[in-house]
Amino acid sequence: MAADAAAEAAARGAAGVREPTASEVIAGLRATTMDAAVVQLLSPEGVLTPHPDYPLEITGEMLRGLYRDMVLVRRCDREGNALQRQGQLGLWAPLLGQEAAQVGAGRALGENDMAFPSYREHGVAWCRGIDPSALLGIFRGTDHCGWDPKATRFNGYTIVIGNQVLNATGYAMGQRMDGADEATIVFFGDGATSQGDVHEGMVFAAAYDSPVVFYCQNNQWAISQPVDRQSRVPLWERATGYGFPGVRVDGNDVLACLAVTSWALAECRSGNGPVLIEAFTYRMDAHTTSDDPTRYRMADEAEHWKLLDPLERVRVHLSRSGQADAAFFEQVAAEADELAASFRAACRAMPDPPPERVFSHVYSEPHAQLDRQRAEYLEYLAGFADTAGADGRETADSGTGGRR
Amino acid sequence: MSAPTSERVALARALNMGLRTAMEDDAKVIVMGEDVGRLGGVFRVTDGLQKDFGEHRVLDTPLAESGIIGAAVGLAMRGYRPIAEIQFDGFIFPAFDQIVSQVAKMTYRTQGAFPMPMVIRVPYGGGIGAVEHHSEAPESFFCHIAGLRVVTCSNSQDAFDLLRAAIFCDDPVVFFEPKRRYWEKGVLDTATRNQPRQTPPAGFSSVTRRAGTDVTVVSYGPSMAPVLAAADVAAGEGRSLEVIDLRTLSPLDLDPVVESVRRTGRLVVVSEAPRESSITADIAARVTEEAFYSLAAPVIRVAGFDTPYPPSRLEHHYLPDLDRVLDAVDRALAY
Ligand SMILES: Cc1ncc(C[n+]2csc(CCOP(=O)(O)OP(=O)(O)O)c2C)c(N)n1
Repeated sequence: MAADAAAEAAARGAAGVREPTASEVIAGLRATTMDAAVVQLLSPEGVLTPHPDYPLEITGEMLRGLYRDMVLVRRCDREGNALQRQGQLGLWAPLLGQEAAQVGAGRALGENDMAFPSYREHGVAWCRGIDPSALLGIFRGTDHCGWDPKATRFNGYTIVIGNQVLNATGYAMGQRMDGADEATIVFFGDGATSQGDVHEGMVFAAAYDSPVVFYCQNNQWAISQPVDRQSRVPLWERATGYGFPGVRVDGNDVLACLAVTSWALAECRSGNGPVLIEAFTYRMDAHTTSDDPTRYRMADEAEHWKLLDPLERVRVHLSRSGQADAAFFEQVAAEADELAASFRAACRAMPDPPPERVFSHVYSEPHAQLDRQRAEYLEYLAGFADTAGADGRETADSGTGGRR
Repeated sequence: MSAPTSERVALARALNMGLRTAMEDDAKVIVMGEDVGRLGGVFRVTDGLQKDFGEHRVLDTPLAESGIIGAAVGLAMRGYRPIAEIQFDGFIFPAFDQIVSQVAKMTYRTQGAFPMPMVIRVPYGGGIGAVEHHSEAPESFFCHIAGLRVVTCSNSQDAFDLLRAAIFCDDPVVFFEPKRRYWEKGVLDTATRNQPRQTPPAGFSSVTRRAGTDVTVVSYGPSMAPVLAAADVAAGEGRSLEVIDLRTLSPLDLDPVVESVRRTGRLVVVSEAPRESSITADIAARVTEEAFYSLAAPVIRVAGFDTPYPPSRLEHHYLPDLDRVLDAVDRALAY
């Protein structure tokens, strides 16, 4: 029996084929299929059904606010893509399709809670009160973090996958040691769950009851890798192995995301934390503007998810229940136009930093060697002052060939 | 599969052909990494390989660098020749533990029982306007680790030859690919694949790119282009630069450099990696040791600054360019 299986495996290997076995197919489906356990409040058709475990007081004002958030965030996101195409940004990481997952979580946060984003959390940034144009510096290449992470309680974007999960855990350990009535939330993707850092973060959080919400946006893809390459079980189920609760929420349902995240943060503050939330959603656009998803993904898939659009279901619900009229939607659309215009203008007006910035803030205390290096370089630059100037932003290689 | 000889081919394509021919030549050669399969890698260096060699030989891995390199160690122990791709320079650090603790030391620890015929491919260096962690030059870290070979290339022919040499080398090779040169075309003769293998691989030695008499300029990988451009400009000003491409950073083939310095008396070393405790520091120290009485000027380094890689709008300040190379040449000649 075992010998047969081994021979079969060897034959498959030699032939270079790797058809998945039946059990692998089932495991993959388990990881990628929205199951009965998913928490949903607002259906794709716009029907509202409160959830007994995740109570949420829902008002018309709140719904209109969430809708507005999502529209504005989406509009900035689309503008980000356009600005990249126009050569104003080196790169943009789109959030299209993930508006509900981000706004739901972002609006659940209390003023003193701390958030650790990955690099796609433009919607959470919006909820933290950060002007969207502050996000542009990273993508335009003028700086690594364009906002005050301490004052906004929204850490800088983290690009190394999974790194921030450990940092968030440690921050939450501190909150607990301080006895503060605060919690931390950390955002990461489905791909990130394969990283040791994420696993270690969960081990630490469990060991110290850290008040941290692990918020995984499962958008089904890590660049070209589908989630079943990362996991054979639904991601939320992994929480059991660490000994804390895991919840899967419909990531296209802003109310469900808000209700579950509010509950999880309350758990954390009560001393019961941590919690893992898997927001089951979909990346509607490319991974970044450098990516070409047609190489790895079926058009059908995107078509299917279009029907689950996070904005549309709130819009339908608002209109059907008479909580918003045409004037409201027009007003939000006008606001989006205005925001987009200021976002574009801010981007184009963004100056390049001075050369000193290369050397500033490497250390907090004086550093003699670096001070000298800076002085030498600035003196070297000054030598070009009367010629064309070394700061002419030619390609890094070419220089001017003009002697000083 | 291979192109006719002496075609002009982009560096990335030359690497692709190096991988392809090596996979044809040896069924134990496998490729693994994030997005290397269906996508063909974010730079398309592995384009088409999964389609032609199957999922058993081109593995799209989970998103975990320590996992990629650690698993490659086990595969190498089992007789495979894994070629692991790290997507960008700044993402090699999650794998650093495996590289230092296992990859580099396995042969030594097991007295040769388990050689590590592994290649770790790393697109490196700046100049492409990327976001943080996508432009670093971390080669010096790896040169500091005994048990690893560290190789880089500056043109299409070397990309093909050196990658193949690295794949068929029984030692682990960290293979740094100058990502801003990926799209630059150069002559490629793939017939070199039929040459008998040499130990140590001949391609790993330093090579003189341009003969000269006044100053020796040494560089490698992405910085070769501005150095060669500087040599052109200098020639127009009546200065003769001898340009040497190191190709292998560990072990350093320094003899041609020392020999050149004995003739020119002056040495400029160019690299975009930060200067402190770097490969350029080692070159300066060793040339001083070996050719002290030939030196008419101190060894001058043109390097990245001792700062993190800056936001991309500032990278033209950070990266050694033609002007900084010429300035260093001026300073060397001023003594
Ligand atoms: C340590 C590390 N390895 C590789 C990368 C390159 N990379 C950037 S994003 C990405 C996929 C991330 O997927 P996921 O975690 O699901 O998040 P998503 O982008 O889908 O939101 C990869 C491989 C990286 N940034 N960091």
